[in-house]
This record gives sequence, C-alpha cells and structure tokens, in this order.
Amino acid sequence: MAYSDKVIDHYTNPRNVGTLDKSSHKVGTGLVGAPECGDVMRLQIQVDENNIITDAKFKTFGCGSAIASSSLATEWLKGKSVDDAMKIDNMDIVEELALPPVKIHCSVLAEDAIKAAINDFRVKNGMEPIVLEKSHH
Amino acid sequence: MNIPIYLDNNATTPMDPRVLEAMLPYFTQKFGNAASRNHPFGWVAEEGVDYAREQVAKLIGASEKEIIFTSGATESDNLAIKGVFEMYKEKGKHIITAVTEHKAILDACKHVEKLGGKVTYLPVKEDGLVDLEVLEAAMTKETILVSIMYGNNEIGVIQPIKAISDIAHKYGALFMTDAVQAVGKIPVDVNRDGIDLLALSAHKMYGPKGVGALYVRRKGPRVKVTAQMDGGGHERGMRSGTLNVPGIVGLGKACEIAGQEMESEAIRLSALRDKLESALTVLEESYVNGNVEHRLPHVANISFKYVEGEGLMMAMKDLAVSSGSACTSASLEPSYVLKSLGLSDDLAHSSIRFGLGRFTTEEEVDYAVEVTKTAVTNLRNMSPLWEMFKEGIDLDSIEWAEH
Repeated sequence: MAYSDKVIDHYTNPRNVGTLDKSSHKVGTGLVGAPECGDVMRLQIQVDENNIITDAKFKTFGCGSAIASSSLATEWLKGKSVDDAMKIDNMDIVEELALPPVKIHCSVLAEDAIKAAINDFRVKNGMEPIVLEKSHH
Repeated sequence: MNIPIYLDNNATTPMDPRVLEAMLPYFTQKFGNAASRNHPFGWVAEEGVDYAREQVAKLIGASEKEIIFTSGATESDNLAIKGVFEMYKEKGKHIITAVTEHKAILDACKHVEKLGGKVTYLPVKEDGLVDLEVLEAAMTKETILVSIMYGNNEIGVIQPIKAISDIAHKYGALFMTDAVQAVGKIPVDVNRDGIDLLALSAHKMYGPKGVGALYVRRKGPRVKVTAQMDGGGHERGMRSGTLNVPGIVGLGKACEIAGQEMESEAIRLSALRDKLESALTVLEESYVNGNVEHRLPHVANISFKYVEGEGLMMAMKDLAVSSGSACTSASLEPSYVLKSLGLSDDLAHSSIRFGLGRFTTEEEVDYAVEVTKTAVTNLRNMSPLWEMFKEGIDLDSIEWAEH
C-alpha cells in the first residue's frame, strides 16, 4: 500500500514523541487500543490554568498511519483550549493525512485517545468525565 | 549494492537470466502449438515441452509421464484436491489437511466440503509441525487423501513428509503435498518420500510466473484426478488448455539449474540466514518463529515484541520483506499461520519474514541487519508498550479496549 506524503512525513519525523508526568494534575493521559489488535496509542496533554493545552506528547504501537495520526493529533492539540480539542473529529485526520478506508480506524483511535486524555484530566481535577456519545468500536 | 534490497523470496523470486535465455526462442521462432502434430512448428514446441517434462521429473525423482503442467501451484493444488475427491469419492469422502496450509489448499478443501466432503484441519504443534499421533488418530476408513505441505511459506518449517505419507498409506489414503517452497531448495524425492501428488511452481525457484506442475503418481498406486477444466484433453486428459510452451521451458530450465546448484546454494543461504538471525535476536524480546531444526535454508521469521510489523516495515523501507501483521492484509487479522503456532496476536502482529534467495549477497544481509536493528530501536522508543515493559508493568494486567 502506498502512503500519502503527509503520512510519510509524520512517520519519518514524528512530532512530540515522549512522555509527560502522568501523576501531575495538569496532565491528562489517554491509553487506547489493544496489543492484540495491532495498535495502542498513548496520548498525553498538559493543560494550564486557562484550560489551554500547552503541551502534548504521544507514543504509539502501530502501523505508519497510526503513528502519523497520533503525531498529527499532538500537533493540533498544542495551543488549543480543552473545549476546542474535544471537537477534533477523526474525519479531520483522515482528510489531512489522506488515509485510505482500511486505515480509518487509526484516525478513530486518535480521536478516542484525545477524548480519553481530556477525560483523565477532568477526573483528576474534580470534573465529571464527558460522556462520549458513541463508542467507535 | 542496489537499494531496495529484495528479501521476500518466499513471495516470488527474480527469474534467473539463464532461464530467460532458454525461454526466449519459444516466444518467436519456436512459437508452435505443442499439440500440432502435423508440422515441424508443433514438433519443435513439443520437443521443448518434452525436454522440460524430463527436467522437472528429474528434480523430484519422478518419471516424465507423471508431470502435468498447469498455470501454477494454485491450479495444481485445486486440481489435486478437487480432482482426487471427484475421482475417489465413491471410496470415501474424507480429506485431512492442516491449518497452516496455503489458502489454495484450504479453500479447495472448503469447496470439497460444499460438495459433500468431510475435511479435518489438523492443528500443528508450537513449532509448526504436524503431530503424527494426532494425524493417525484422525485417519478413518473413509479417508481418501492426506494433504500436508512440504515446507511452510511463512515460517519455513519442513514437515516430516515420509512419516506422514507412511501413515496415509497405512490407512489406504493417498498423500499429496504442496511443495512449492521446498522443490528446488531442498532435495525432494517422490519415491523416497512416498508422495502420490505434488504441487510445484516455477516462480518460487527463479522461473517465470504463470506456470507450475502437478506430479501425479502412475505406479504403485496409479493415481488419477478428475480434470477441472473441459477442453482438448491435453496432459493425459487431466488438464486441458494449450500448453504455455515458453513458460514450461522456463520451468524445466529452472528445475535443471536448481538440481545442479541447490546443494551449495542451501549451504550458502543457511549460513547467511543464521548470520541474520543471530544478529537480530541479540535485540531484547525478539523471537524466532517455528521449528529451527527442520526448516528451509533461506527463511527466517522473527517477532520483535512491542513493535508492530507494518510500522516496522515502513521504517525498513529499503528492505522488501513481509509481515504477519494484520495491517498488511485487508482482513485486519494477523497471520493465521503464526496464530496456529499458539503465538499471541501481539507477537503475530510483530513478525517479519526475511526470505533470502539465490541473488542475496552477504553485503545485503549485513545491511538488512543494520536497517532492522535501527528501525526496531526507533520504533520501540516510540512504543508505549515498550515503555511499560521497561517499567515492569505486566501488559496482561491492563484492561485493553478491544476494538
């Protein structure tokens, strides 16, 4: 399968690979996927007092498209408010990376990871987790 | 050294220039139809086919009358399974095969089931070999055919063919083997091994694509298969269709070269394979899949835990290899062969198959080792599972959201 230039770019030069201190109350961590399914994403956000995401990091076990989707997600998250981050839709990622239909699940996983990270941050800071309207899987 | 490096010789092999040279005249000057009995154009083509038939037969210790040319191993497998079932179904309707067989065998067996046949799919042991006791326990009076591959295409393990054929014969069944990966790589002898039907393909042994053969035993016992295509009654009535003369000549030449060179080639390739394997298993948490004693000389299948196969292949873009990862198939299921060894899904997802060949050099293997090591290390640095493993977290203790 041929990859789009943008997938190759993110895969070759992944942005924001790394780990934030998951015990910090400013950090939200989302861990989604399963090793059996061939992809696991861990996405972390660091949020300031104004509810702005100041840093985002990821680590991904998965194919090139999964790595590119999570790399792109971290790039988009930085500087966004948490509320705006909730609005990131997997189809935005599909479009940006020109993912083929067989790789759409990679973008779904990235969206799930963003939401899981935000909910982790909310729960840590005494807020209710946002009930996700649909489970993608 | 030319980049990219081809290490996928189990998928297909480049054609040997000597094979191409033998084929070329049969496209132009010697273009006749081998079935044209009344003029020299036909005779010349037939001579080419007859010579090739001898070359193929010689490589597997058969007589030239026992070779049926086909379009490739998928056709040979289909002809053998369906053709035996149709020919012998009055005697019994039971066929035994194994779960690690090629899809051409498995799907032909499924077809037979639709026609009222009964098929047993034997499990394999952790090393990929068929358990002879399990095979024997599956044999019944109704069993007409046992079909077990010679060497496996994904992990390269070689089945105990003689022992399997002995069991089949003890119960009055025929023994068929898909020997696509073995013929031309290791010595195969239909009489020594007790083989009644054998499928082979040219393009896995440096010959052209689109041509193969089915060996059908003529003596002790005389085996017959019902033709699966209607037509002019070529190939002793078992396979109609104008013979692919250039392809057949190429297959013959490929067999002749393999017969002369496979012994030294196997020594060279197994040394290179061992070098590759020992250099890569130095990496932590890397595992060789399949039995390492009974296997083809040119295949190494290695799982690099905590990295995903397709992602890994992308990082090894200068190497042409293949993976058991789900992401390489449309089905999103990891390799059924690796899973049938009892490998967990995550290890199956992490596997890479290196298939060396006649034109693989030591320099290429050294380069492949470096590229692979770097890729595995880089991807592990990016893998949350690797980080958790390094922190001593038991990954089985985590409730993963299966999707």
